[in-house]
Amino acid sequence: MLRICLRGANATALTELTQPSSMMEKEVNTPKAKSEKKVKEEAGTAKESSPVPALPAKSIREASAEATHVISAISEVQSVPAPCDTQAVVEECKECHDHKDKPVSAAVHPDEGALRERPVEELATKLAQQDQEEQDAVISISACLEDSLASSAKATLQAIGAQEAALQAITQHTKKLKEAMEAEALSDEKSVQWKDLETALADRTSAVNDAETTTLKANETLDSLRSVIDKFKGLKVSAVRPLILAAEENLHNMMVDLNKVVTKVQSAESEAKIVSQYTELVNEAKQQFQREVSSLTPEIQANWKGLTGKLSADDLNALIAHAHRRIDQLNRELAEQRVREQIHIDAALEQQKLEDQKVLEKAVKTNLQHIKEETRLEQEKKLAELREVMEAEMRTQLRRQAAAHTDHVRDVLKVQEQELKAEADQVLSSKMLELETRYRQLSQEQLDNFTLDMNSAYARLKGIEEAIDSHVVAEEEARKVHQLWLSVEALSYTLKTTNADAPTVPLEDAAQAVRESCQDNDFALALVSALPEESLQHGVYSEASLRARFNSLRYLVRRVALIDESHNSLYQYFLSYLQAALMFEAKQEAPPSLLAWEDLDTFKLLSYASYSLEHGDLELAAKLVNQLRGEARRLAQDWLTEVRLTLETRQIVSLLSAYANAVGLGTTQAQ
Amino acid sequence: MADQHGRKWDRCVADTAIKTATGLGVGLVFSLLFFKRRTWPLFFGSGLGLGMGYANCQHDFRSPYLVHGRIVKVISSLKKTF
Repeated sequence: MLRICLRGANATALTELTQPSSMMEKEVNTPKAKSEKKVKEEAGTAKESSPVPALPAKSIREASAEATHVISAISEVQSVPAPCDTQAVVEECKECHDHKDKPVSAAVHPDEGALRERPVEELATKLAQQDQEEQDAVISISACLEDSLASSAKATLQAIGAQEAALQAITQHTKKLKEAMEAEALSDEKSVQWKDLETALADRTSAVNDAETTTLKANETLDSLRSVIDKFKGLKVSAVRPLILAAEENLHNMMVDLNKVVTKVQSAESEAKIVSQYTELVNEAKQQFQREVSSLTPEIQANWKGLTGKLSADDLNALIAHAHRRIDQLNRELAEQRVREQIHIDAALEQQKLEDQKVLEKAVKTNLQHIKEETRLEQEKKLAELREVMEAEMRTQLRRQAAAHTDHVRDVLKVQEQELKAEADQVLSSKMLELETRYRQLSQEQLDNFTLDMNSAYARLKGIEEAIDSHVVAEEEARKVHQLWLSVEALSYTLKTTNADAPTVPLEDAAQAVRESCQDNDFALALVSALPEESLQHGVYSEASLRARFNSLRYLVRRVALIDESHNSLYQYFLSYLQAALMFEAKQEAPPSLLAWEDLDTFKLLSYASYSLEHGDLELAAKLVNQLRGEARRLAQDWLTEVRLTLETRQIVSLLSAYANAVGLGTTQAQ
Repeated sequence: MADQHGRKWDRCVADTAIKTATGLGVGLVFSLLFFKRRTWPLFFGSGLGLGMGYANCQHDFRSPYLVHGRIVKVISSLKKTF
């Protein structure tokens, strides 16, 4: 398998390797042209003789060199194509014929894809995928190219070989023919020679046919290779461009070689044709001569060379005459020919010139084409190199740009991100705030409602409890009040427990009971505490006793009526005693509502007081007695205090009982 | 107070009687001893006794009405503040 080297030195090396052969061929071509130019004089095989042996040798050498080059080229290692950064992506192709559609579509696809925005990872993966695909495509393309190149090379080699063989056969044949024509050998040898010639001719024809077929095949393969190359050229894959270039070069070289060989063969064939023509002429002449000889001497056999001993004199004479005639004829012809020589030569020269011109033109054209092709190939190679360089540069620039772009985009994105984040945060915070406030509001509302309900329920509960408690309290109060009332009743009862002149029992116990029964009643407590100590300790006197006491006291007070602060000598005493003895006032006299000045007399007062006492108005009596002055007052003081005590106690007790009654009335419920 | 009045009278009378008697007795003694059995010391003595008793009795009856005053010394520093 012919492996095509892909890039740079290898390809150039190969081209350099193949170059010499083509150059050598060029050299061969140019001397060939020169020799063709020199053909003016030589129309025969002379010219061919020198180049022909040189040509076969050279051709053999060339062929061998070519073969060696090709074979050496086979051993070149295939270098892996570098990743390509171009956008054209070639899908992996199974057969080279499918390359047209897939790569185009694949080429289109990434173009479309490049317009979209892709993330970095996708891009990277896509690029990697693209690279991979390109690699695969390149490999496949190279494989296809290799295959086609190999096949074409094989065919070309075959063709070249066949052509060489044909060339050899032709030269052999011509040589043999020439030998046969020129050599004056024995008939046996001649026949051998003719047999050899025939075999050579057969060989030649076969070789020529083979060469033709192989050439056709080679041409076909070359055409197919060309079409493949064109197809691949149409794919526009840069990685395979050197491949394609190399393939093109190889193709070109092969074509060139093939053409060379074909031209060689053609020249050989033309030479052979000339030789054959010459042999034909010679044969014709021989045949004519033979016919003439046979016409003259019918008995003579065809092979007149072996008849030297068998001919008679007549035959010989006839033969000689014929020969002479023939010689004359030939001399005439020669003269004629000599005459016409120049014209013929001129014409031939002209023709040759024209032919030469044509051939030259053709050769020039082909060479020009070849050169054009080569220059084109070189140009393309250079272009490819330049393109590669440019591509690399562009790649680096693009990379730089991409890096700058990514940096810029990153920065912008960062800024944007921050802005957007800030915005979003703001929005979020505002929304959150809103929602929070709403939530708080709602929760507060809920709380408030709940609290309201709770409060109302609690209040109701409290109300109920209070009602119950107040019931309890009221009942308690009622009980207490009842107790108080009872105790007060007891107290008031104790007031009545008086004997004739003895005071009551000390009210201490009853007061204590009252105090106990009204622990939390400040009013009652105050009242109870307002009870005079004397009454508590010693009890109070009854009204009757006080009345009695007053009567005795009255007597005494009468006696000291005149005694006061300023009048208090014994004489006054005597006088007051005298007054008391001589004064006669009413025992009891109703006191007026308004006391006048003259009512403040002792005796009157005493009678008023006695009257009020008799009528049970202890208070009024006390008031009246309180109006006494002087010694009378001093004497009545005890009684007055007693009366006051009694009045106080009675007042307190009555207050207490009134209070207890009132409270009891208030708290007593109709059950 | 009423019974105290009575008691006072009792005391007074008793006291006067005793004093009179005592005066009489002392007068008697004096008359016997110093004044050659004259009668005037008896009368004098009894009169003395009686008078003392009367005074005592009066004083006893006046006693509630008696005002006991006190002289309050005014300190000169206090006087200045005024």
